[in-house]
Amino acid sequence: MAENASTGVDDRLIKAGILKKVLTRPEFGSIIGAIAVFAFFSAATENFFSVKAISAYLNPAATLGIMSVAVALLMIGGEFDLSSGALIGGLGITMALLTANAGLPVWLAMLLSLALAVSVGLFNGIMVVKTKLPSFIVTLGTFFIIQGAGLGFARLISGQTTIYLSDEFANSDLAKLFFASTPFSGVRIPVYFWFAITALATYLLLRTRYGNWIFSVGGNAASARAVGVPVSRVKIMLFINVSVSAWLVAMFNTFRFESAQIGTGVGSEFEFIIAAVIGGTLLTGGYGSAIGASIGALIFEMVRQGLAFARWEADWFKLFLGVMLLLAALLNAWVRTRAQRAMS
Amino acid sequence: MIKKRRLWGALVLALVLVMAACSSGDDDTTTSAATAGGTTATTSADATTTTGDGGQVSQTGLRFDLIFHDKDASGTFWGVMKVGFDDACDVYGVSCNMIGDPDITKQAALVDTSIANEVDGIILTLPNVDALRDAIQRAADAGIPVVTINSGSDVFATTAAIGHAGQDEFIAGQGAGARLVALGATNILCPIHEPNNAALQARCDGVEAGADGAPVKRLQIDVANLDAAFETLKTEVSDESIDAVITLNPDVSIRARDAIAEAGSSAMLATFDLGEEVLNSIEAGTIVFAVDQQQYLQGHLPVIALVLNIANGHVIGGGNAILTGPGFVDATNVAQVKEGVAAQTR
Repeated sequence: MAENASTGVDDRLIKAGILKKVLTRPEFGSIIGAIAVFAFFSAATENFFSVKAISAYLNPAATLGIMSVAVALLMIGGEFDLSSGALIGGLGITMALLTANAGLPVWLAMLLSLALAVSVGLFNGIMVVKTKLPSFIVTLGTFFIIQGAGLGFARLISGQTTIYLSDEFANSDLAKLFFASTPFSGVRIPVYFWFAITALATYLLLRTRYGNWIFSVGGNAASARAVGVPVSRVKIMLFINVSVSAWLVAMFNTFRFESAQIGTGVGSEFEFIIAAVIGGTLLTGGYGSAIGASIGALIFEMVRQGLAFARWEADWFKLFLGVMLLLAALLNAWVRTRAQRAMS
Repeated sequence: MIKKRRLWGALVLALVLVMAACSSGDDDTTTSAATAGGTTATTSADATTTTGDGGQVSQTGLRFDLIFHDKDASGTFWGVMKVGFDDACDVYGVSCNMIGDPDITKQAALVDTSIANEVDGIILTLPNVDALRDAIQRAADAGIPVVTINSGSDVFATTAAIGHAGQDEFIAGQGAGARLVALGATNILCPIHEPNNAALQARCDGVEAGADGAPVKRLQIDVANLDAAFETLKTEVSDESIDAVITLNPDVSIRARDAIAEAGSSAMLATFDLGEEVLNSIEAGTIVFAVDQQQYLQGHLPVIALVLNIANGHVIGGGNAILTGPGFVDATNVAQVKEGVAAQTR
């Protein structure tokens, strides 16, 4: 946008060709990366290219993808959230303590944990907006607070760190249907949520005023404010969106596993960010895509499960994971610069 | 540009070659796989598949996956289990893969992958039985026998697993607590190094039950950050009323030993699980005893159980866990155990 303005010609009015539109999308490189990873493991392993295998990597990619879409929106808006992974575990523990220990009905526990999720997002957002501290530090603080509070309350109230909930959930058939069913061929319900959320977020980013606000807030907050964008409100909403997504994933986990466990999700916050970045979202804000974040999540899980399919000596697992992710990211960056150069 | 492009090509090719070479395992087909992989990315990948299917399997042709709840087998504990696993796989000519993740959702995803990968048997640690019950059932439905190991002796029978090899953590803790009290302990510290592992809670609970009324204080530390654990332990043992510490992991025990020394505490130290340095300390008298759950057996016995089950329908244990512990190692038997630790079998 900035370059266009400086040339003096209003090329916003020039119609871009469809090819150029596709090739210069942030997620274009990641699509190529996903195809490459898929082709590699289909060739390198016996069972990766099979109907059964699809659910083995789609299911974990769904929860990762739901989070990375929310995190990508936040990153486009110029902020980070390091507390998002720990919050998934924390909300699961909240559900467990409210049902198993406080004896509340499941639906009320769900509402209260959703309220807690919104408050955490609100807290992160307001802290970042009001104090002007980097979100990296603020959310690192909440990351530790959530972990400590989760463990502390769990030990204090239940005396356990893994709380089993099969008795509490025995009559929650509707919630199980909604959060933990497997409608079709091993593909679990989070996958459908994931697709819907990706579509919704893409529409929001590209077709609504709110999407424009997100890009402008992350690109240049001062000029966004100058043209009347409610910068603080947008950022706070983005933080809340991440926390509510964490709640959704926590519900998927809690109802599927019928238990809540301390430590769930801790460490995943970086996977959310990595998936968003593989998908073309910039760490500096103002640029990125929701589809890209989802494809990044798909690449991440295809690599992780693909390596398990390959059954290569697991001592080298992290090395392979790192190499494959770097290659996917390099290919992504290479394709993007190539495409942009060829089209300009 | 051309130079740059060649450089990239070379880099990618080199990485693919490294991966192909590393992946082909430690048997005699290594060379053929590496050589075959020398042409292009596609053929090297194909060569890997061939190795996985034909090369590594010599006698039974079976493929077993061991899925555990830690990030890798780098610690003393999982390392010895892996040796036990690999040794058994060598004996029976099974192609084996040991892989793990501390996050329960990801451990469950790895089980799904093993099922989709149509392995012949799955060996699974059981840190959270409710979360893995469904996955074990799906493996059983797919005709894949599952043996659970390590934690979960008391609950494995509620799953579709055909057997379990492990230690009853509460019973082991009870024995350890009784021993500590017999040695004169009156106020015991029990540091827990993985908050999400119910088995560790059971150990401390067992210690309390066996300690004949002596108070047992739980302390939360993180095995992934042993330096921080050291500082926490040092602060705790500076409290002179603590006269005994029982750690639940050999790597933690070494930090506890050093913390006790640095704090000038006179607390006695015992630990769960062995390591070379633990045995040195038992010889030197800085650790009074170690509870041995013989994790080598937890890697080894399930392979035998699975092979026999697949071949003949045998079931080992009769619905009960095969107990691999507790054994106690102290100054009286440390010399013999030490030979085993050097060979990575204890």
